[in-house]
Amino acid sequence: MFTARGKRTSFAVGLVAAAALALSACSSSNPLDTPSESSSGGGGDTIVVGSQGYYSNEIIAEIYAQALENAGFTVEKKLNIGQRDAYMPEVESGDINVFPEYTGSLLEYLTDGTDVTSPDDVYAALKDALPDGLTALDYAEASDQDTYTVLKSFAEEHDLKTIADLATLTTPLTVGAAPEFEQRPYGPAKAKEIYGVDLAFSATGQTTLESLLAGQIQVADIYTADPAFQTEDIVALEDPKNMILASNVVPIVSSDIADDVSDVLNAISAKLTAEELVALNVQSTVDQKSSADIAKAWLKEQGLV
Amino acid sequence: MNLFAEAIAWMLAPEQWTGNYALPKLLAEHLALTALSVLIAAAIAIPLGWLIGHTGKGREIAVAVSGAARAIPAFGLMVLLVLLLGVLHVPEAAVTTFVLLAIPSLLAGAYTGLEAIDRRVIDAARAMGMTEWQIFFKVELPLGLPLLVGGIRSALLQVIATVTIAAYVNLGGLGWPIIQGIPLRRFDQVLGGAIIVAVLALLVDLLLAAAQHAAVPAGLRAPRAVHRRAIAPVAASAPA
Repeated sequence: MFTARGKRTSFAVGLVAAAALALSACSSSNPLDTPSESSSGGGGDTIVVGSQGYYSNEIIAEIYAQALENAGFTVEKKLNIGQRDAYMPEVESGDINVFPEYTGSLLEYLTDGTDVTSPDDVYAALKDALPDGLTALDYAEASDQDTYTVLKSFAEEHDLKTIADLATLTTPLTVGAAPEFEQRPYGPAKAKEIYGVDLAFSATGQTTLESLLAGQIQVADIYTADPAFQTEDIVALEDPKNMILASNVVPIVSSDIADDVSDVLNAISAKLTAEELVALNVQSTVDQKSSADIAKAWLKEQGLV
Repeated sequence: MNLFAEAIAWMLAPEQWTGNYALPKLLAEHLALTALSVLIAAAIAIPLGWLIGHTGKGREIAVAVSGAARAIPAFGLMVLLVLLLGVLHVPEAAVTTFVLLAIPSLLAGAYTGLEAIDRRVIDAARAMGMTEWQIFFKVELPLGLPLLVGGIRSALLQVIATVTIAAYVNLGGLGWPIIQGIPLRRFDQVLGGAIIVAVLALLVDLLLAAAQHAAVPAGLRAPRAVHRRAIAPVAASAPA
């Protein structure tokens, strides 16, 4: 039964709980910081391969996993985990041993701003920035980085080849991309600085491709691995001054197994070109095949199994 | 510096007060979306609620809608509507979502306001020869006003909190700092945006609480004790 004393106690408890909750926000400025304990994962010699919650990344992880299995390793798959905030703690602690990553965006995540942009520079900077227990193996030509993309018809009409050519147009231009693009060091503000292009920003997010095709925006940030490069008539404008951060596919592995797996994974990276990755993604989105099937077929086709 | 202090610092920084994503502009967008959605929902739900409350028919539908529909997963519905209607109709898709979210509270406010009126009062009005419309405007509406304003308050609060997702489909609003700040890992920005939405919701709530208080008809504000003393002796001395 509710008594006056009971009510006062519950009120006091509630107040303390609320205060504790409020005070907990007065702690570190990054609520998603990884805890600093480290534990080695995987039972014995099992190699754990993880992937992001992104279909393209899952295909690459399947390729790694099947190739490693074929080479005689025991492999456990932990696919579709989520975004970096979800899986990085496990990768850093060694619970996951092999993870397909992207040089540029991982570097952005680990540092807080970076000056380098070319593929080799970014790779070198990433190797420096990785915590001690992790190693980056060879990076592939395939990438999943930002672009300034236009419709092929638009490019032909206005004779556009590089991002700088956009400055020759007199009509107002809008670039559509994910919300954070506006603040990125290769976003519209930097495009103005480096190429002299005036671009308004529209946070089209998940509907960027549709908005470009519908004519709502003239320029779109379509990632280089997007199947649309094969299925739609779009073309990425060239970036001769290397404004855009390179983000190539790279296997991040636990340092203790790096030597064992490097042969297998480096062979894959050597064969994973940009067109190959787009073709793999098309098989997933257009043909609706499963990542396991796509990986199996590709490994066979490339002569890696 | 702790996270709260950083969030306040972010809010007060000059970058947040100029440009395309300035806080006053986001606030205006947020309020505009909220007002539009609640107005459309009110135009649909309040007359319907009054009809149900006045005639007493269709109560079950009203109860079902006010209860279950409040639990619509707004984000999922909005994304679904954007996919169905296409990128050229994103504002329509978002506003539809917020309207559907606001309808249950407004419907409940309208019909419970009328339902809570003592039937004897309505009988007395009818006995005095008032037409149905006169009963509605002179008796039911004023007496049902406090609960209606309560429903409006509840709907406004729910919509203000939910309009933060409009930023996800490029409609601006106070959700923008949150949605942009998470991938950039700028948590002072995320918390700053969240604090602003929370403060806005609290302010609107206080305003409407005052409105709800003011909506009680003057006659009902007299202390109850006076009425009881006046009524009891009359009832006791009524001829059997």
